[in-house]
Amino acid sequence: MAAHLSYGKVNLNILREAARKDLREFLDKCAGSKAIVWDEYLTGPFGLIAQYSLLKEHEVEKMFTLKSGKLPNADVKNIIFFVRPRLELMDIIAKNVQSEDRLHSSRDFHILFVPRRSMLCEQRLKDQGVLGSFINMDEYILDLIPYDGDLLSMEYESAFRECYLENDQTSLYHTAKGLMTLQALYGTIPQIYGKGDCARHVANMMLRMKREFAGIQNQILPVFDTLLLLDRNVDLLTPLATQLTYEGLIDEIYGINNGYVKLPPEKFAQMKQGEASKDPPTEPKKLQLNSAEELYAEIRDKNFNAVGAALSKKAKIISAAFEERHNAKTVGEIKQFVSQLPHMQAARSSLANHTSIAELVKDITTSEAFFDSLTVEQEFMTGVDTDKVNTYIEDCIAQKDPLIKILRLVCMQSVCNNGLKQKVLDYYKREILQTYGYEHILTLHNLEKVGLLKPQTSSRNNYPTIRKTLKLWMEDANEQNPNDISYVYSGYAPLSIRLTQVLARPGWRSIEEVLKMLPGPHFEERQQLPSGLHKKRQQGENRTTLVFFLGGVTYAEISALRFLSQMEDSGMEYIIATTKLINGTTWIKTLMEGISWSPK
Amino acid sequence: MMRSKADEEEYWHSSKFKAFTFEDEDDELSRLKESKQAVNSIRQLVEEDDDDDDDDTEKVSWSGEPVGSISWSIKEMAGSNQKIDREPAFPRIPTEPSTLNKSHSGLSLSSLFRGKAKSENFQSFSDAFSDSVRIYAPELRKPKSEYKDYVCDWSPEETVQRLLQGKAVSLEKFRSLQDKLLLLDFAVAAHDGNVITAVLIYLKRSLRKEVLFRELQSRQTALRHFIHYLTESREQKLLLELLRALGRTEDMALLQYKEHLSITDENNKRDFLKSCLSLPFSAEDSAHVQDHYTLLERQIIVEVRNPFRSGLHWSTGCLMLRSCCQAADRQAERGGKVEIYQRFPRKASILNMPLITTLYYCCFYHYGEPEGTFSSPLNVRRTFKISEKQYFVTALAARAKLKAWSDVDALFTGRNWLGFTRKKSPLSFHRVVDVLQRNSAPTQVLQDYVALIDDAELRISLAQKLKCHDIVISTFRDMKDRQMLVAYRGKVEPGSAPERKIDDLLNNQQIRWKN
Repeated sequence: MAAHLSYGKVNLNILREAARKDLREFLDKCAGSKAIVWDEYLTGPFGLIAQYSLLKEHEVEKMFTLKSGKLPNADVKNIIFFVRPRLELMDIIAKNVQSEDRLHSSRDFHILFVPRRSMLCEQRLKDQGVLGSFINMDEYILDLIPYDGDLLSMEYESAFRECYLENDQTSLYHTAKGLMTLQALYGTIPQIYGKGDCARHVANMMLRMKREFAGIQNQILPVFDTLLLLDRNVDLLTPLATQLTYEGLIDEIYGINNGYVKLPPEKFAQMKQGEASKDPPTEPKKLQLNSAEELYAEIRDKNFNAVGAALSKKAKIISAAFEERHNAKTVGEIKQFVSQLPHMQAARSSLANHTSIAELVKDITTSEAFFDSLTVEQEFMTGVDTDKVNTYIEDCIAQKDPLIKILRLVCMQSVCNNGLKQKVLDYYKREILQTYGYEHILTLHNLEKVGLLKPQTSSRNNYPTIRKTLKLWMEDANEQNPNDISYVYSGYAPLSIRLTQVLARPGWRSIEEVLKMLPGPHFEERQQLPSGLHKKRQQGENRTTLVFFLGGVTYAEISALRFLSQMEDSGMEYIIATTKLINGTTWIKTLMEGISWSPK
Repeated sequence: MMRSKADEEEYWHSSKFKAFTFEDEDDELSRLKESKQAVNSIRQLVEEDDDDDDDDTEKVSWSGEPVGSISWSIKEMAGSNQKIDREPAFPRIPTEPSTLNKSHSGLSLSSLFRGKAKSENFQSFSDAFSDSVRIYAPELRKPKSEYKDYVCDWSPEETVQRLLQGKAVSLEKFRSLQDKLLLLDFAVAAHDGNVITAVLIYLKRSLRKEVLFRELQSRQTALRHFIHYLTESREQKLLLELLRALGRTEDMALLQYKEHLSITDENNKRDFLKSCLSLPFSAEDSAHVQDHYTLLERQIIVEVRNPFRSGLHWSTGCLMLRSCCQAADRQAERGGKVEIYQRFPRKASILNMPLITTLYYCCFYHYGEPEGTFSSPLNVRRTFKISEKQYFVTALAARAKLKAWSDVDALFTGRNWLGFTRKKSPLSFHRVVDVLQRNSAPTQVLQDYVALIDDAELRISLAQKLKCHDIVISTFRDMKDRQMLVAYRGKVEPGSAPERKIDDLLNNQQIRWKN
């Protein structure tokens, strides 16, 4: 099931197993048969940890989604609520419990908070008069969820909003806790680098938590050599740009949620040829995307323009494999061929799926609208005409294109110009409010607060300096056989990943000036290792860096890091951790007011 | 199944995949076709095996949920809620490859932090995996503070530590302001929002708000958490007081304004927005909020209220409505007497729609009305100072949608002065064509505007796309491009007027072709 987690340099399955163990333990604490009432949001992240079979082994007989009103009937001893610590959910739970008591008095109630208990929530339950009804309140510490062989995510969607808009640092506390767990399992990380205010906070908390355990040394040989903590607001530009990798585009167009994507079913309808008489399915086709699928692992990080060639190459290989049957003459050879059939069949269906997906994506990327919008993005990133009202944006507003698209572009222009001229900013705001509704004043304010949109304060625009020093724009990005990370955005090299790259070689000292232009402090800390745990490095052995993106990371950035890991002379392997996988759209959505952004 | 059997037969006997050819094409994406073909040709062979699922392939329901996953199971149960005894239809729950079990460390995350290993759980694995267990053995230790569990007299710092560990602790014994503030400072230093909030809840209960507000001023982090807490728990009144005390009047104004989002009744919302007008917004926002109020007020008048309605009978019809007063559109539509609402029934009420949508609506249903009426587009334009371009695009789209081509025409010619009839537009003509085309304007209408595009290349490409032959032909003529003209002849219908025109030009000896 989760074999792909252990393929990488760091076996992340250890973390998953630890999380499963914890879940079993909690379930066993509530003796007898049980029903789980799920905060629907959690089923996604939990799906990465466990399947129903695990719960069933521990006497979970029923599962429901959390809904207002009366709880469904279920003849079980325990009702357990699996919820995030959110006030609105407490109100629903309170209603559930209140309507229950009168009818049934024999069922026991429990709450499992994920990832932490919350005083605020307990207070709310108390105010509602139901706190006493709960036999047991516990927390399930699900900070870092193994998402793929080289990827950990907290699946904490509101982290950026909380940190930069609401100034609530709870997510940073969870981050630090998650990193402590990681160190308990994989050894103390000797070197910590960071850039940004949040990074500084997390490092401080980690060091303090370590002091609390002083006296007892972690005896595990460190797996990670370095931890790099990066604030998302150090690089606001990258998520705004349209990702051009295969996986990035799937996320941009269809949205990948907890490792799953929902696709329009039409292109997949032909798959079911055996049942041709059936009506074409209307339900979206849901697919799981991760490196467990060989073909996907091969193509996910490629620039989309190179995907066609890769699929075609794969098709040749599969065809050739099926051709082998002609050479199978003896019984032994036929047996050999047949034994490979399941694998070939899986490869075939994987190829079919990705061919269909690539076609869907291609329909979008070859459209005029996509091209126009990309052209404007690239103009902004290369610093062309960022100081005046852009006619394309104006036209998009006139056509009432989706507001988020407009906001992405306007924010990008602002970031690439180190703020917009007051006149330009006012013009955009006015057009947006008139076309999309005045209530978006609130959203525009939020974007200003987090720095995505701002009036130019000084006349000096330092973006060109940053761009040149860090080589953020590469003129002839090679999409087919990349030699630089800029291939992931067909020319733009993500700032965050350049910082990571420069840190590995030649070191941040070479870019002091630029680091000062970016927000927040940069720092280096060392954690003492007990003697004897110092690694004796083999010649040519790669170092391992854990890069933690506070406030989210895009798939294209991950692809860029994977590219660096694979470069022969890089000498560095990267493992990626983040609060949440984001793209420009999902990210901006979390900053908007008056719309519900948490996936239901 | 029979059919696929036959196909399979054919597959085995054919010597090669027929449909699958490899060509080196420049366009990488076109290769998608290849892989698709390959997939298709392989399909029949493997289709048969689909029912016979292999153990190492995960079983996935059509909706893509792996069978046995949590969300899948919840859905299943929703379907078969009543039958508890029945074994739920879990065909086969995929088992984990056995190699993975090696990573069972027998230790859970929480036990790491609780500092105790569950030795009984070790047993089942320890025989087989005793090696790996040692590798994964964590640091078994207790935080220093935990040794003090049985002492009851905790300092503020220790209290915060206990809170951090999620242990029960009473804050009530901290009576002095100094102690309370120490508690807060330690909580802030721990960065755990949960703990900070817990302390803040206690402080809110036990301190006068003037004191609390004052102390929070010098503690920005705690302050932010307090604001967040008040927002979450919807203690609007206290929050507004706090912001006022802090002098953060703009934030306060925005916060108050935000409340309108939760008001559903349009009249209440309008009154609420009116009350917002006096709030201390920035000059810029103040203007926007004013516009927001004016717009909603206007929409209510247009939609439901008709100030001049008394004495007017609905059956007097369209003309009367148009010329005399604002129509209360909801009633006009329901009455079914006004033609335009029957031809183009309204999709939704205009209430709470954005300004430009409202303008479009007015251009659609109330176009010719004199500027004095509230629903007249000109009135809307003037009241909200809509830019010329925005007004133009909106009016253009609305009239084109109604196929009111004379109105469309008038938009351009009406703008001239001194009787000069050349068409002028604040919008580039190719955008005009774009708008018209999206509203399915006929070729005759389109070509008038295509002809006005300045850029010859753009003009030709659009004209070709929209089949405005005359324009293509005359542009090539002006460019003296004989070759292009000859080439274009092949694209028009044989025997048609455009073909004759091309022939005339090609035979014309007067023209000095450049090629």
